[in-house]
Amino acid sequence: MSWPPSLLAGFAGTLLLTSLEAGAQQLHLTRMSMPYLLGTAFTASRDRAKVIGFFTHLVNGQLFALLYVAVFRATGHSGALWGALLGLIHSAVVLLVVMPLLPSLHPRMASAQQGPTDLRQIEPPGPMALHYGLSTPLMLVVSHVIFGMVVGGLL
Amino acid sequence: MTAAIRDHAIVGDCRSAALVSRGGSLDWLCWPSFDSPSLFAALLDEERGGRFSISPAGSFRSERAYLHETNVLRTRFFTGGGELALTDFMPVSGSARAMRPGQELVRIACCERGEVEVEIAFDPRPGYGRRKPEIRSLGKLGLRVDAGSGDLLTLVTDAPLGPSGCARVRLGPGQRLHFSLGYTRGMPAILAPATAARSQAVLEETARLWRLWAARTRYDGPARDMVVRSALLLKLLQFAPSGAIIAAPTTSLPERLGGELNWDYRFCWLRDAALTARALFGLGHREEAESFMSWLLLATSLSLPRLHVLYDLYGRMPGPEKELGHLAGHSGSRPVRVGNAARGQVQLDTYGEVIEAATYFVRSGGEIDRPTATMLVGFGREVARDWSEPDEGIWEVRGPGSYFTHSRVLCWAALQRLCELAEKGHLPGAPAAEFARARDRIRAQVEELAWSEQLQSYTRTLAGADVDASLLLLPWFGYCPADAPRMRATWRRIRQRLEVRPGLFRRYFGGLTEGEGAFGICSFWAVEYLALGGGTAEEAEQSLRTLIGYANDVGLYGEEIEPRDGGALGNFPQAYTHVGLINAALSLRDRLEHGRQGAGQARSVPEARA
Repeated sequence: MSWPPSLLAGFAGTLLLTSLEAGAQQLHLTRMSMPYLLGTAFTASRDRAKVIGFFTHLVNGQLFALLYVAVFRATGHSGALWGALLGLIHSAVVLLVVMPLLPSLHPRMASAQQGPTDLRQIEPPGPMALHYGLSTPLMLVVSHVIFGMVVGGLL
Repeated sequence: MTAAIRDHAIVGDCRSAALVSRGGSLDWLCWPSFDSPSLFAALLDEERGGRFSISPAGSFRSERAYLHETNVLRTRFFTGGGELALTDFMPVSGSARAMRPGQELVRIACCERGEVEVEIAFDPRPGYGRRKPEIRSLGKLGLRVDAGSGDLLTLVTDAPLGPSGCARVRLGPGQRLHFSLGYTRGMPAILAPATAARSQAVLEETARLWRLWAARTRYDGPARDMVVRSALLLKLLQFAPSGAIIAAPTTSLPERLGGELNWDYRFCWLRDAALTARALFGLGHREEAESFMSWLLLATSLSLPRLHVLYDLYGRMPGPEKELGHLAGHSGSRPVRVGNAARGQVQLDTYGEVIEAATYFVRSGGEIDRPTATMLVGFGREVARDWSEPDEGIWEVRGPGSYFTHSRVLCWAALQRLCELAEKGHLPGAPAAEFARARDRIRAQVEELAWSEQLQSYTRTLAGADVDASLLLLPWFGYCPADAPRMRATWRRIRQRLEVRPGLFRRYFGGLTEGEGAFGICSFWAVEYLALGGGTAEEAEQSLRTLIGYANDVGLYGEEIEPRDGGALGNFPQAYTHVGLINAALSLRDRLEHGRQGAGQARSVPEARA
């Protein structure tokens, strides 16, 4: 595995994914913000959370890009189309597994069972992240598919 | 039934505001900012506007007050069986580290004596009541309402409130209900827990911060409580991100009940810029005054070389005026309007206001930088060229323009101040001689054409036959002494024609003003005229006391005062009426402390620093 192209692909894919999510937020299609959710795991300050979350999201993107590369090597397939397929699977895992688990994982996220507390006040994403807006699942799928296409296409 | 205008009190967080009635009903709320579409607007339409009401079921009597020197409202309900206290406020926080909803309004209902059955009705209608949204309950995560454009309204409470939004709860002594109403745009919501501990903590923090701010008010003259209340209102209505001060947080509250004089006041008018700057600097609220000046200079620089009549919170030209035909209007006063058509008018007096405000900034120790100096000189050139043109004047009379005396005098004030600033070195390169010539021509015209021998008064328009309360400002802008013979005669004529009850003045008589009330700020101008030397200090003090009697039970004024019953008319509460109160009180204090010569204040401009 060649590290520099993998990291570059991960960087480009994450940047595009983050931009798509931010664009969807600004178009009022969703209130989902991965950088904000990641950042608030470290700090309660809204502004600082966005910055910390952005960089955490970039690092995550690099790690996922490396994971994608490992899958490409293991399966012997690569390219934008296979990347898109991996992105689709990735988004399904995020929507169906990670989102329901998030209230248990995130130190500042409220849960439906306990409601908000002094420490846990962030609205949980709910099933398929629908609490953040009806378009959220679609936005997550599209952005991850594009992430996969970029990573697969650049390698 | 929707409560009368004066039966409301305001709570806010320097970004947005809500009006709560004596009956515990949240009748007006726009989020996320003052000029956003409403979420609750029962004030404008009882049926379709939407409200969030918390009150005892059945009959009750209520009293209310702000917690001492805060914008935290407490309403006490007295029923046959007990007493309920309802506390309303928008949290403000000094800490950037705390996790808080984007916007939040906290309501705490506490049974203080006996037993009270509390009735709750949560009925939001986003977008000026255009739709009745579904209320979804997520159990302990509270209620959620799609506020439109992807925004979310949430209500977290320990009351048993379901998707119907209605509930009745019986409270015994000491029992409480807590409500956190929140609003989120573009981010996952922050859901504040509706617990006693959290509600009490934000209440104490909010009250502490308001008191800390109020304690910085440098005023110990007559009516201190009302002056501090007015300052707190100005602070609440100052949009923190930009420094703009909105005229009022509401739209279309009628100037004449059942009439058409219904305007959107959620903008910033230049016509009161000088008075506002003086009020803030005069009370020692330098930070707010400088923030307001920054907004003023930014806004005016965006429209160079012309000045608009009004600007939005960020100094931009407001959107076009629209009528909301689906709303019935307050007491049937239609149409309800959003936006303001006055944005396209010409008001020559605005130049005088902006330049006078800048002069206050200099008098208070501020320094004019080179771009601002260039801008002010540019305004001066506009005035020197256009002062003789017709305009719509301070009262924004729609239709063809007129030759208003007040506009002329404000053009005179603009040029006079520029000459003073230039003389002291604040405006390098200013054509002071050209400004002085234009200034002298204006005075000559005013003295020749705006004085009526027949009326024995300055007149509303050149060669006119009517008076106007804005003429009371001539001494304020230094055009003439308050005790000058012509000014004294004008005062007598204004009292004769415009004073509808002792202390209450209409702005002028005309087709548009028929049926409207006395203008709050004009009435305070009269107090200030007396304080500046037009009368005795005792007369000014008596007039001030009389006017204070027309404030509502929590010390707030609308734009107008109904002379028959003292009710409030027009948008509410009105920042400029309170600016008038502060300025009248400041001038009266100076008069009491320093006599007649002190009432004119220190008007000299200091030398520019090298």
